[in-house]
Amino acid sequence: MSLLYNVPAFSILLPMLAGVICLVLPARASRRLTNAVIIVLALLSFLLLNSFLDGAPTFTYRMGHYGAPVGNEIRAGELESAMAMMFLVVMMLSLMGGRNHLRSDIGRSKVNLYYISVLFLLSSMLALTYTNDLFTAYVFVEINTVTACGIIISKEDGYTLAASMRYLIMSLLGSGLFLIGICLVYGLTGHLLMPNIQEAVNQLVRNGHFQAPLQVTIALFAVGLALKSALWPFHSWLPDAHSSASAASSAILSGLVLKSFIFLMIKIFFRTVGPDVMTGHAILNLLLVFGILGMLLGSVNALFEKDIKRMLAFSSVSQIGYIFCGIGLGTIAGVSAALVQVVVHAVTKAMLFIAAGGLMDASDGRKDFNALQGSGKRDVVAGAAFVVGTMSMIGLPFFAGFITKLTLVTAAAGAHDWRAYLSLTAIVLSTILTAIYYIRILSLIFGKNGSEEQDGEVRSRRFLSAHFRRHLSMDTEYILAILAFIGINLWIGLRSDVLVDIINVGLSSFQ
Amino acid sequence: MNNYIVTNLPEVAAIILFGIGFSNLLLARNLIKKIIGLNIMDTAIYLFLAAKGYVDNAVAPIVPPGAVDPDLYVNPVPSGLVLTGIVVSVSVTAVLLALTVRLYEEFNTLDIDEIVHQLRVKDKEAIR
Repeated sequence: MSLLYNVPAFSILLPMLAGVICLVLPARASRRLTNAVIIVLALLSFLLLNSFLDGAPTFTYRMGHYGAPVGNEIRAGELESAMAMMFLVVMMLSLMGGRNHLRSDIGRSKVNLYYISVLFLLSSMLALTYTNDLFTAYVFVEINTVTACGIIISKEDGYTLAASMRYLIMSLLGSGLFLIGICLVYGLTGHLLMPNIQEAVNQLVRNGHFQAPLQVTIALFAVGLALKSALWPFHSWLPDAHSSASAASSAILSGLVLKSFIFLMIKIFFRTVGPDVMTGHAILNLLLVFGILGMLLGSVNALFEKDIKRMLAFSSVSQIGYIFCGIGLGTIAGVSAALVQVVVHAVTKAMLFIAAGGLMDASDGRKDFNALQGSGKRDVVAGAAFVVGTMSMIGLPFFAGFITKLTLVTAAAGAHDWRAYLSLTAIVLSTILTAIYYIRILSLIFGKNGSEEQDGEVRSRRFLSAHFRRHLSMDTEYILAILAFIGINLWIGLRSDVLVDIINVGLSSFQ
Repeated sequence: MNNYIVTNLPEVAAIILFGIGFSNLLLARNLIKKIIGLNIMDTAIYLFLAAKGYVDNAVAPIVPPGAVDPDLYVNPVPSGLVLTGIVVSVSVTAVLLALTVRLYEEFNTLDIDEIVHQLRVKDKEAIR
């Protein structure tokens, strides 16, 4: 157990070290190094999570010589290690599934630079998950922004350049607000460590001092991080950035990068400011309303898209709305539902983006709906992934999405006021809209083919075995990644008690 | 009220500068002006932080060995934060400037609206 104390610090430092080494490695070696790092860290995180589930206490880990209140700390518990494991597994599968696209989109000579970005992104996401210190969080937020921009821009064309510029500008506005929020908190409390701030904030509230600056600070944190996690109406950068990037980048951005900021927001609300102050706070109502608007308007936007990756990106806006709806309910059940949705959406959306990459490959690299007709028959694996993804997004039983809908509806029904009516109505409407646009794309990719020659292509691959053999010889990793995603999705759907238990136990020891 | 502003002059100046920088980063159409806005915004935050740590008639916290009176020195933590923040903002500015150069090579303009417009036109032609 004592060795496992080092896992959180190790999982922040190891990707950084590997990233620096990748600078001098050729493409293939840097890919192997990245995979090795991710596998090692995933195993270690699994062991750490397991030890917590066996009853080991949560702990804080001192970075450097000075302890609280002046030093820098890492904090690990069930929730943190489970999130870290989710980040690592989805990252691994996304890189596996998008590997062929990387080769064609980036060019061999620059692949190692891509992996540097990925490793630093991974390091920053794990740091945001584990850190107990606000200023460390700010530094890693900036690393996260720049490296996320790096993996968008790695596919160099006009679209990604413009998209990453817009992403960077919106993100920097967000981090500016976040930083001035940290400065105000430091001015108010004189602390940067989360538990110490919570103590000081509670004292301020008890004495009734400095209430106005405190409310401004909470609003600044909320808006700053909402800008970065693409809450409606701050989502304008997301569709361009997520749809123009390479398949693996899209999967990582939509599945993981947004989630790291949401997790940081939950940490700030319920660990830094503290549940005593946040429960029933007005800013949560604002987040609830924006989340609900995002759920509905994101789906409406997706309904009118004629481009598969933009449609998936708008679907992300809508799904992020579900997460903020859960946070906005302000109860423990709501936050737990939000965290379930964080995990489920990460797994499902990453799978859909990788599968969309496969469908584009089967349609001459185009991503508009005209070209994609019948592509599900040309790439059966991606077609299967879309079937599972659709079921999960709609929320049918046995699929992961069902669990989020179930926990969220239960949490919303427990609110017993206008919030319950509003969020339940929105969940129903949004589910209907989601069903419409996902089933439309299913009927499109399994419908009749766009052109005669594609028809001939399907006929020649009529036999599934022949199809699989063609795939296996070309791209085993892609198939394995998609199958693993489908497996994880079904596992979460069937054994949801495990995930929900981990999240609930983690939340109970969170303060 | 007037007294309030005078005693908190650095903070007031910092918030005004933050507003100028923020709105410039958000609203300016020229990319270079946006980057200048970002730098004004970051500098405003550093001014705010430095003002938080400042103690009247105190010196830099370079402490000689032996017992010392902490009131003689300014708070070193905000200064450390400002240094870290400067490093971050320098690197982000570098990334933004590099991106701006690439965008200019690609589109021959620094106007972000014009760039987006050009891409829309290209998109429509591709679908047709």
